[in-house]
Amino acid sequence: MTFLQLVEGPLWYLAVVVFVVGVVWHLVGLVRLGRSVDRSAARSSGTAGALKAIALHSVPHGGNLGRTVYHFVTGYAFHIGLFVLVLFAAPHVKFIHDRILGVGWTAMPRWGFLLAAEAAFAGLILMWVRRLTDPVMRRLSDADDHFGVWLIFLVMLTGCLALQEAHDGLRALHMLFVDILLIYFPFGRLMHAFTFVFSRAYTGATYGRRGVTP
Amino acid sequence: MTTATTIGPSTVNVQAAIDRFQAVIGSHIASYLEACIHCGQCSQACHFHEATQDPKYTPTLKLVPMTRVYRRHKAPLAGVKKLFGLVPPELTADDLIEWKELIFDSCTMCGRCTEVCPMGIDIASIVGLSRQAMTAAGVGPSDLWEAAENSRTRGSPLGLTPQLLEDRLEWLADDNEVEIPLDREKADVLITVSSIEMMKYPDSIVAMAKVLNAAGVDWTISSKGYEATNFGVLSGKPDIAKIMVERLTTAAEAVGAKTLVIPECGHAYGAMRWSGANILGRPLTFEVVHITEMVAKLIRDGKLKLKPTAESMTYHDPCQISRRGGATQAARDILGAFAKDFREMSPTANHNWCCGGGGGVQAMGSAAELRHKVFQVKIDQVEATGAEHLVSSCANCRLTMDESRQALGWTREIKSLVEVLADQLEA
Repeated sequence: MTFLQLVEGPLWYLAVVVFVVGVVWHLVGLVRLGRSVDRSAARSSGTAGALKAIALHSVPHGGNLGRTVYHFVTGYAFHIGLFVLVLFAAPHVKFIHDRILGVGWTAMPRWGFLLAAEAAFAGLILMWVRRLTDPVMRRLSDADDHFGVWLIFLVMLTGCLALQEAHDGLRALHMLFVDILLIYFPFGRLMHAFTFVFSRAYTGATYGRRGVTP
Repeated sequence: MTTATTIGPSTVNVQAAIDRFQAVIGSHIASYLEACIHCGQCSQACHFHEATQDPKYTPTLKLVPMTRVYRRHKAPLAGVKKLFGLVPPELTADDLIEWKELIFDSCTMCGRCTEVCPMGIDIASIVGLSRQAMTAAGVGPSDLWEAAENSRTRGSPLGLTPQLLEDRLEWLADDNEVEIPLDREKADVLITVSSIEMMKYPDSIVAMAKVLNAAGVDWTISSKGYEATNFGVLSGKPDIAKIMVERLTTAAEAVGAKTLVIPECGHAYGAMRWSGANILGRPLTFEVVHITEMVAKLIRDGKLKLKPTAESMTYHDPCQISRRGGATQAARDILGAFAKDFREMSPTANHNWCCGGGGGVQAMGSAAELRHKVFQVKIDQVEATGAEHLVSSCANCRLTMDESRQALGWTREIKSLVEVLADQLEA
């Protein structure tokens, strides 16, 4: 078995199982912690509040956007760039068709790839620079924060290197980091990709009953 | 009682804190602890950080003790992570002592940080629960605890006993020639008081009585349950929180009240309107409204005739009434009925800055210097409006601002909305 076969075969399947089971286990475990019933007389709908908060917290509100515009721009550049790459880069579309879903869609053109990759890299690097230089973020950051950033960076970098598919080794390296990312995902702060919905919804539901969305 | 000034690692009951942290972590709290990505944007919304620019006042740092307990003991997959040494170390007495300032002195639980958080984390609620754990361990401000104990033993944080209540109401009624009913057998409306008003701003009580009487409200105050402030909630003493809610509930049910009115006090509104039934463990049999909500309704129903005034006014939103209480519009409806030159602050309403003394911080001597510094944010806001009068609807905000303005030499007076309104009643 070649290294490429390993990382696209057994290790890939192991990574997917760890990712899926880990994420589901994590989220089910979180919900199973339970929450006592709110007995206060509601002024408004908690469900509507939850939905509103999920949408509203996509942008800092209360006039705070100007104060956090760096996070806003770099955050969206990275996340949008990354999702576009994951879903529409030609090799990914083929991989999703051949190995995951059995269906595919039109891949984005090369200029789209370049644009998305530049946005994702710029966003990620600028966010990390901020983490290193801003006194508040330096105070908050721990190993998990840095490890997550580096893992994503290496996945993206090796992905770009493997783009031409000139060497199996580069593709294998990319897949190795993807496998590591998937295995690490349920155990670290990368889980915010799922928990943000719960967090926003709980706050929205609590305060939605009060008629506000903080 | 262990005091904040005498605690040391050997006197701190760390296990009690760990147990309490674990007990209060439900799925909503866990989702908050999981979702924080350490972006630090919350610092931009916090008045303590705004005034000091010190990173230690970043709101999400207040999550650290609870997060450590959660990740070590309660988080899903904690067992697997333990195998790889990926769980944080156990909480220590030194940790709790270090975090005392962050959990108590430098958080007014105003909830402004939630607005800017991309995850929508309700940090204020975690601070409230963390106070329970810290208090269980014996770490916290002794003056806040004393206020809570006063509530338990004497009926009120400022020592307003039932007898003193009766004496002061009688004095206020006689002095101001206004009827202030106490212990009527039945009434539609039970009025509660804040001991801050009663002891420091008694004109507020008189004004409230004048307004209610002018509107023909069927009301009473009850010596069985009168203190609206709930220092049990603020100090992390859930047993006292329950006692305070039970007293008000007993009094309201005894007089057959349809409505219980919270006076000009922000946290009292949150404690009874939104937490009362949850603390009690059953739904309340009466509605709970803030005095501004009641007065706004009386105005809407045409029961109050008011003289307009051209004097310019601006309004400070108490956080627990507006941003965290949802009664934001009521004060504006009242001011709109008589203030012809009402000027909003910027930011305002649900986004307004805190006074710096909510969440019991006002009662903590150790926090005085910091909250005075924080008040500069409010001064700048008010000055920018150019309004002649600063009005609010919370006696705690008023006391905080009064003390801070004296400390900073700011000459503007802070007025009670109900008092201002009473002055505008048509004869």
